[in-house]
Amino acid sequence: MSKLRAISAGLCLLLSFLLFSCRSDRSASEIIVAGSTSVQPFADKWAEVFMEKRYGVVVNIQGGGSSAGIQAVRTGAANIGMSSRELKEDEKDLNEIEVARDGLAIVVHPENVLGNMTIDQVRSIFSGEITNWKTLNGADKNITVVVREEGSGTRGAFQEMVMGKTRISKRAIVQDSNGTVREIVSRDPNAVGFISLGLVNEKVKAIALDGIFPSEESILGKKYRLVRPFLFLTRGEPHGLVKEFIDFVLSEEIQTLMPKEGLIPVSPGRGRS
Amino acid sequence: MTKLERNDRLIRISLLMVAFSAVSVLAIITIFIFEQGTPIMFKYGVRSFLLGGDWYPSEKSFGLLPMIAGSLMVTFGALIAGVPLGLASAIFLTEFSHRRLTRILKPVIELLAGIPSVVYGFLGLMFLVPFIRENFGGPGLSVLAASIILGIMILPTVISIAIDSIRAVPDSYREGSIALGATKWQTVRMVVLPAARSGIIAGIILGMGRAIGETMAVIMIAGNAADIPGSILQPVRTLTSNIALEMAYASGEHREALFATGVILFIIIMILNTIANLTSARQKR
Repeated sequence: MSKLRAISAGLCLLLSFLLFSCRSDRSASEIIVAGSTSVQPFADKWAEVFMEKRYGVVVNIQGGGSSAGIQAVRTGAANIGMSSRELKEDEKDLNEIEVARDGLAIVVHPENVLGNMTIDQVRSIFSGEITNWKTLNGADKNITVVVREEGSGTRGAFQEMVMGKTRISKRAIVQDSNGTVREIVSRDPNAVGFISLGLVNEKVKAIALDGIFPSEESILGKKYRLVRPFLFLTRGEPHGLVKEFIDFVLSEEIQTLMPKEGLIPVSPGRGRS
Repeated sequence: MTKLERNDRLIRISLLMVAFSAVSVLAIITIFIFEQGTPIMFKYGVRSFLLGGDWYPSEKSFGLLPMIAGSLMVTFGALIAGVPLGLASAIFLTEFSHRRLTRILKPVIELLAGIPSVVYGFLGLMFLVPFIRENFGGPGLSVLAASIILGIMILPTVISIAIDSIRAVPDSYREGSIALGATKWQTVRMVVLPAARSGIIAGIILGMGRAIGETMAVIMIAGNAADIPGSILQPVRTLTSNIALEMAYASGEHREALFATGVILFIIIMILNTIANLTSARQKR
């Protein structure tokens, strides 16, 4: 029995030591970045590279959504907030730095004869008002609309930029990732969906909107409309490690990597601050 | 007290604790789901949850009727697809097949239960969905696709429980029937099956539980549109898919509404399990 007691006492000691050491780690060498789940996977990569260079520094990336990120940086729970939407008027008190841009592409099956749509047509398709490709001078086939699930940032951006106040049809097929939306559109000749521009590949066809094809040039030239910013937000001017991390993300090293990851870079110095 | 007795008591107490921990996990899950899910149901009205047809959580519209209907539809469809096949296999394996063949086939059928559901979903997506789209129309991701795949997934449950209950019928029943001049098929249909009925029903209800709780395979092939389908070729969303699809980004009331979805699912499954327990208890008596 006494042996057991000794072991459990040892375990308790070890546990409290672990807990204690975890707490004492939160020093000046850690920054917390929280917000948009669309930015999160990219920020994870940037943080990884950053932490490799700056040994001993911890960049903690958390999700939660754009609004949660804005709230977190305001209350000081996070050093940097991530947002994948423009700030609203009453949020403008925060300091915003655009670190990248993400285009949203409307995609169809490669065999689809259509190559161009107006924003109004896209809205009518996704609201369920237009249900047959014939209405748009396509084949006499019912349209299979594929969307993302409620709560996803991509759906939120699409709702905001294309649908406005109009509801997305509840008849639409719902998938929980950009990848599966692309997969279904690539297999169904009658399907249409929306995905991040960076994920468009040869299996699906991106549609031009009002005559403008989504590409890096048309987005940088502010011609293509479905673009959302990836913003880093700070309370007041960034300094110290926070500034170091933001500058690192804006540096040529990371920015030149962005097209490979499907993002549109903001060239160094062009970030608003 | 000898050392042996003391050890005995120690072991009994620790086993009791282990047994209680399993029960308390169930209790904790129940309390947690209800604690998280019921407040929002009462806030917006239980009626609007159960009978509302619009699921737009971002607009505070939490109608779960399409998902309740969806779950019931695919579960019912799975029974239509799986039960006749399962029952026929069970009858064949117990009454008609060679004993050696049964010894090989039964474990193989039970292996079906060991295949991960994501594999069923993947196969459905690769073969069944395009087949339905090309031959019957619609997007392919549909009630039909989900029903067929779920029907296959419940086969092992239905078959093995049906086999056990058919085997439990005493041979004297069969001998009596044949002595009266009945053929083998007449014996099976009029004597063996009625005698094994409650066991078979319990198996079907357990299969139903499996079908209604299945998530991964259904998300992959059902299309997940939050609308009551007008035909079996249209997409459908079940209660489980609703939770799994939207859990990742849900926050605030949206998240609570997903717990409310869990509450409804929990109640439905509890009802099914109770029915299954009652019917199998009746058979033992």
